[in-house]
Amino acid sequence: MEPAGKVLMIDHEKCTGCRLCELVCAVKHDGVSNPMRSRIRVMKWEQEGLYIPMSCQQCQDAPCMNGCPVNAISHNETLNRIEVDYDICIGCRTCVSVCPFGAMNFNTIDRKVIKCDLCDGDPQCVRFCDIKAVDYVDAGDVSIMKKKEAAHRLFAANKKAAALQTTM
Amino acid sequence: MPHLWNGVPSVLGETDITPNPGAGMGCQPGYRPKKFAEKETVKKGGVIKMALDRKIALINLSTNEIEIKPIPMEVRKKYLGGRGLDAYLLFNHTKKRIDPIGPENTLIISGGILTATCASATARTHVMAKSPLTGLLGSTNMGGFFAPELAWAGFHHLVIKGRAKNPVYLFVQNGEIEIRDAANLWGKTTTDTQWYIREELGDDEVKSCVIGPAGENLVRFANVMTGIKNSGGRTGMGCVMGSKNLKAVAARGTMDIHLAHPQEAFEYNKRFIDQITSAKVNQTQGILGTPFIWGATNCWGGVRTRNFQYNQLEYADDVEPERFDEIATETIGPYHMTACFGCQIHCRAQYKIPSGPYAGKYDEGPEYTSQGAFASEPGCRSAETVLAGNHLVDQFGMDNLETGSIISWAMELYEEGILTGKETDGLDLCFGNDKALLEMVERICYRKGWLGDTLADGGIPAAEKIGKDAFDYLIQVKGMNNLHSDERATPALALNIATASRGSDHLRSRPAIDLYHLPEEVLRKIYSSPMPYDGPLSSEHTSYDGKAWMVYWQENCYMAVDCLGICKYHTLFLGATLPNFEDWPKVIYYNTGLELTPKEIWTIAERGNMIERMFNLREGLTRNDLRKGDTLNHRYFDEPCRRGAPDVIGMSIDRKKFDEMIDEFYTFKGLTKNGRPKAETLKRLNLEKEPSHLL
Repeated sequence: MEPAGKVLMIDHEKCTGCRLCELVCAVKHDGVSNPMRSRIRVMKWEQEGLYIPMSCQQCQDAPCMNGCPVNAISHNETLNRIEVDYDICIGCRTCVSVCPFGAMNFNTIDRKVIKCDLCDGDPQCVRFCDIKAVDYVDAGDVSIMKKKEAAHRLFAANKKAAALQTTM
Repeated sequence: MPHLWNGVPSVLGETDITPNPGAGMGCQPGYRPKKFAEKETVKKGGVIKMALDRKIALINLSTNEIEIKPIPMEVRKKYLGGRGLDAYLLFNHTKKRIDPIGPENTLIISGGILTATCASATARTHVMAKSPLTGLLGSTNMGGFFAPELAWAGFHHLVIKGRAKNPVYLFVQNGEIEIRDAANLWGKTTTDTQWYIREELGDDEVKSCVIGPAGENLVRFANVMTGIKNSGGRTGMGCVMGSKNLKAVAARGTMDIHLAHPQEAFEYNKRFIDQITSAKVNQTQGILGTPFIWGATNCWGGVRTRNFQYNQLEYADDVEPERFDEIATETIGPYHMTACFGCQIHCRAQYKIPSGPYAGKYDEGPEYTSQGAFASEPGCRSAETVLAGNHLVDQFGMDNLETGSIISWAMELYEEGILTGKETDGLDLCFGNDKALLEMVERICYRKGWLGDTLADGGIPAAEKIGKDAFDYLIQVKGMNNLHSDERATPALALNIATASRGSDHLRSRPAIDLYHLPEEVLRKIYSSPMPYDGPLSSEHTSYDGKAWMVYWQENCYMAVDCLGICKYHTLFLGATLPNFEDWPKVIYYNTGLELTPKEIWTIAERGNMIERMFNLREGLTRNDLRKGDTLNHRYFDEPCRRGAPDVIGMSIDRKKFDEMIDEFYTFKGLTKNGRPKAETLKRLNLEKEPSHLL
């Protein structure tokens, strides 16, 4: 099996909102504790208890790559990721503005764009997330897992409906 | 192998972490560990970069003066940060016998020295001032996301003095502090206040600690709150904020905290987290939250019921932890647990109230104390009441524990005829009256009616106002109500609540593992380090042997945790395998560069506890004073437990043995029989010259 097919799978329902992923991402990449430096960010609606981690989807036809005026962004097929070549990058932040997920960040201290690099194949957010709201799985498996969950829900609903019918 | 991290030799000898970031799951073939960023952590001038460079701000609300200072290393080494340093600051910044709700009281809000570093669950915010509830030490600690944000904004301690003329709030952002008008926030609930501040500042990432209407109305046990339900509940710190016209402290920070040894801190954190999440007690907390403790304690007979008349709530099916789990699953979903900053335990449930007048309201919890306050203590048995009560106290910003206890006390007085329908304005305040209970919560918050206004002043003043023998029924230590646990069968726990520095409290020195009946060898392994101890230790929870040492050990353990700014679920509180003194030096060194041995941390904790005691002594603590002393209500000695397991039923505290235990405890602490520090103790802890005004 090709090892390069893995992607980050985010299940926001599982997320507890602790933001440890942000902390370890910043420390891993920059050696510094500061969520502003994190590639993954947890978006929160506290009044509803809703927490959604957002990170790069490593798009196949990535808008950041297409939009980059100096071709600093490319697709790394070995690691299945989109990466920025900082020797070419001019820091124009076009990628930030075109990313549909807001996953391209701009680090205001170092004045450069930053994005998830999947920690070269061992994403630390995944390693530290105990509940696995962020997981690292084969791209093809994501839909299988979702299918299975949906199937289970369907089964449960059918069972409930059957139970209702018998009681009526 | 000897390690040379970033050119700095490991001072702590052989380190047992593997410097292999690729060792985790999902590692790809051909993976090469990525080099950590070059160490750019060199301090430049006065720039705030490292954790220990976080500053202290002295804010005077009367004069609008703000002074920002560094925290000298000398002070750090003596008190670390968090609660220890807060206690030092309080002792130095308040005069003897001041009015707790006058402008001369000093309110201190802080994080610990590990706050927002790469250590696990450094989320705790600590708040200290002279307590308007007890007249002694006021101290409270809460989780959430405030303290890390304050640290990223450049501060570890905020010392707030004076009184603003009009309602204000503080906004702390990246090294700067602004005093802003809070006229439009006054009167708002705790959550609304936070969302309005965000709206006003145009920043959704702002974290605030706020007071609700209870704090504004100077309810003596008002909370400081952050988020939906993270509450600094005990000793009425919200009342102090209200007395200063300070509605909130908001923080937003994007400043770097450089770590002394990032790679080691990172890998050690993973090990630490694994140790913490491997404890069964923490795994259960992660599913059921603290209600699971209530459930376990209740079936054993350790839950205070009907204001201490019983020690178990019978027919409690609707308020068992599993029931709350069911409600949370139904209203939120299968994944309904939420966490404080960086914590993998996630012990807090989310829920929506399923039915009744508050149906559909979102909140978090309930915790043990809400079950105690709105179920066992007032003798109610409805999940809906617990959830609604929990929601009310969260919104009003008042301590659920104190609220539930004080209403239950009033219920017993009503039952005894000491209070009548005249005082309650016709409210039928009998045990098990859910409606009256929730009505009283609101009356206390808004000081409505004679009784609401009276109870809002706290137990002892209310007892004086009510008169007769009302005081005899009040289950309190130093003027603060007890946790809804019953300590009559557990002398160790009874000693803990009697001697806790902020009044009756389980989070100051409770040896909770005493209930696990661990083999003596295990206890000895735990309790004879870092300080050698070869006295008696007993696995039996009804015994008085060696319990004073256990309480003394735990007192220092919890003080150390509070100085570090981490949560008590991450230390030897509920699980016997969790980190303590031996594990901390590395975390501290890797994150802050501060080199300390376990014994040195112990001494720092001892010093913190001693300065808290010195504050209490200065404010009038005497050993046997029922109102301000290290002693218990007569009911602990005179009324045996009426329910529970065979080793609980019929138990009460033996007055003589209890007194001996206190003597023993004082000896360990280096106090005289009267509970005052001996000269040699002060010398050993370097406290002879206090107040020394180093900060």
